Amino acid sequence: MTAVQAVALVVVALGGTAVVLARDPARQALVAGIFGFSLAILFLAFQAPDVALSQIAVGAVALPAMIIYALRKVQRRDEVERERR
Amino acid sequence: MSRRLRLVIFGLGSSGMAALLAWGLAGLPSFGDFDGRYGQLLAHLTVPERHATSAVSVSTFDFRGLDTLGEEFILFTAAVGVLVLLRAQRAGETVAAEPMRQRQPTAESLTLRSIASALAAPVLVLGAYVVTHGHLTPGGGFQGGVILMTAFLLVYLAGTHLHMRGVRPLSAMEAAEGAGAAGFALIGVGGVVLAGAFLENFIGFGTVGNLISGGFIPLLNLSVGLEVMGALLVIVGELLDQRFLVRKGDW
Repeated sequence: MTAVQAVALVVVALGGTAVVLARDPARQALVAGIFGFSLAILFLAFQAPDVALSQIAVGAVALPAMIIYALRKVQRRDEVERERR
Repeated sequence: MSRRLRLVIFGLGSSGMAALLAWGLAGLPSFGDFDGRYGQLLAHLTVPERHATSAVSVSTFDFRGLDTLGEEFILFTAAVGVLVLLRAQRAGETVAAEPMRQRQPTAESLTLRSIASALAAPVLVLGAYVVTHGHLTPGGGFQGGVILMTAFLLVYLAGTHLHMRGVRPLSAMEAAEGAGAAGFALIGVGGVVLAGAFLENFIGFGTVGNLISGGFIPLLNLSVGLEVMGALLVIVGELLDQRFLVRKGDW
């Protein structure tokens, strides 16, 4: 195992823990994006560039974006309901 | 159930899980000791048999093309499902119910808008590159399609809501999604007609390393790229449109 692979493994382990420990959903989406990017670097270090590209696309872009849009929609509905009262 | 009992049950379950995991991991081959015969076989067949240098693309689009067709249609049905749900919810609601805010830029921050507008064109080129070079280098339709989608998202971040409406006509994106999904299936049917089996290659393989080589793999990459870009943009577009919706009764 090379040093890059070892460092990538440690960073991924720390990142995954950080995603679990982040409690605010919006912040959690951002941390999940950074974690997704570190996973991509891990895949690259283990010579899987195809998987790394997919991981960047899905884990670092699409997933956090979808979470943030969904959160936005829920918050919007809450605002509307609050204004009604 | 008391807290103590729950902790005991959790402790039993998790220690059993840990034991099984340790047992399973101990049986794995040691690090870097790869013994996948199928993988070795495919890696040595791709260049002589398909004239394409990306073993992963040849496996996913040619040797195991049917799996990829299924995967593509998973995304297609997921996108259609999101559309149907969101549009059914919207029935009886007014669209674009925020006329006061509509001309406002998407993002307040000038830094964000500058970075987004500077990145949009390079990201578009990168996406096109990843889609068209799928059979030569790592990447392909799935990865490139998502990168193309982010290029349009950057345009959205850089501009105003109305500008995005100009760049992203939703119906064009629906057409791209449908055309991509249909293209993959039709190329497969072309194999039945011209080569005798579904998803059997029927185009010349060309010279190894050229942009046009690998038979129909670049065509399949293009159709998957279109499908993925269209599907994700349709989903994102629908979710974003939801921002401007307020129920009729709320006015």
